[in-house]
Amino acid sequence: MSETRLYALQRLSAVLMAPMVITHLITIMIAVRGGLTAEEILARTQGFSLWAVFYTVFVIAVAIHAPLGLRKILIEWMKASTRIANGIALILSLAVLALGLRAVIAVTGGGV
Amino acid sequence: MNTITMPNQPTEEKQNLLTVNVWRGGVEGHFDQFTIPARENQTILDVVTEIQQRHDASLSYRFACRVGVCGSCAMTVNGRARWTCRTHVRSLKSDTITIEPLSNMPKIKDLAADLSGFIDKWGAAGSGFRSARNRHDPPAQVDPNSKKRKAANDAIECINCGVCHASCDVVKWNDDYLGPAALNRAWTLVNDERHTGMAETLEAALGSGGCSNCHSQGNCMTACPIGLSPTRSIAGLKKVSLLAMLGVKP
Repeated sequence: MSETRLYALQRLSAVLMAPMVITHLITIMIAVRGGLTAEEILARTQGFSLWAVFYTVFVIAVAIHAPLGLRKILIEWMKASTRIANGIALILSLAVLALGLRAVIAVTGGGV
Repeated sequence: MNTITMPNQPTEEKQNLLTVNVWRGGVEGHFDQFTIPARENQTILDVVTEIQQRHDASLSYRFACRVGVCGSCAMTVNGRARWTCRTHVRSLKSDTITIEPLSNMPKIKDLAADLSGFIDKWGAAGSGFRSARNRHDPPAQVDPNSKKRKAANDAIECINCGVCHASCDVVKWNDDYLGPAALNRAWTLVNDERHTGMAETLEAALGSGGCSNCHSQGNCMTACPIGLSPTRSIAGLKKVSLLAMLGVKP
């Protein structure tokens, strides 16, 4: 994929993530303030499809954005070759995607 | 550091002396320290010239016009790339001056840096103007108030002194990055309606070493001796690159 496309993907994912991070943090603060337990939170989130969609999109955006940032850091600061940086970024992306989607299923689905 | 003092220093100037550390050598080298009188109206180029003429004739440095037109005398002064002919000693607000060759370029000798890599990148950014006209055609009519002409105007005065290139962190980090001066030039061509090599310019300026590498830190804009903003030019190229992905031509 060309550098221009990667550049565009990182910016577009950032545009998506900006409001999502704020929503995510506010949700956590509201949820925890009353001293809720994990069971009570799960009871509210499981089966709630809106949160499933929200966090699925969020995880995909993170899986695109963070590895692209790491890729640039590896190339510019660690002097890694583009090939190595691409490989590490791809592994990170797949790991974030797998762990993130597993968490989404666990929190909003029926439980894993 | 070697300390070199002038044996016949005029006594009346002793109260106002400058301590000047000058890079000597190439990649491997050291600083020589010179003590020279501070004068009422004195540029860094005056200081370097005085050192070369009165202290050490073997000092190598580069200059031509001495009046801020050619850009040849750019050096790193107290950690920042500047035109030495347009930098007054008093503007540094320090009696100690450290002078080195420009950064991000190979050192040749003393204060002279090798600009050939910088010039090569300038060419690699698709910066060659190509026209469908020849000398027998009437001059092209370009509306001076058009949006494109105004955008080109904002960037056109660059004289390739290399100060922005030497000040850019991304140039330092990424050998493939074309740099602010080269991309600034490409931006003027993208906005030149006479330019027929647009595809070539865009391919280079939007390619792997092109505008998407810029972090918009603005060092180039801050350092430019004539107040240009390569940062803005590169932002323009980024916009063009995003629109090109959507099939919109500049």
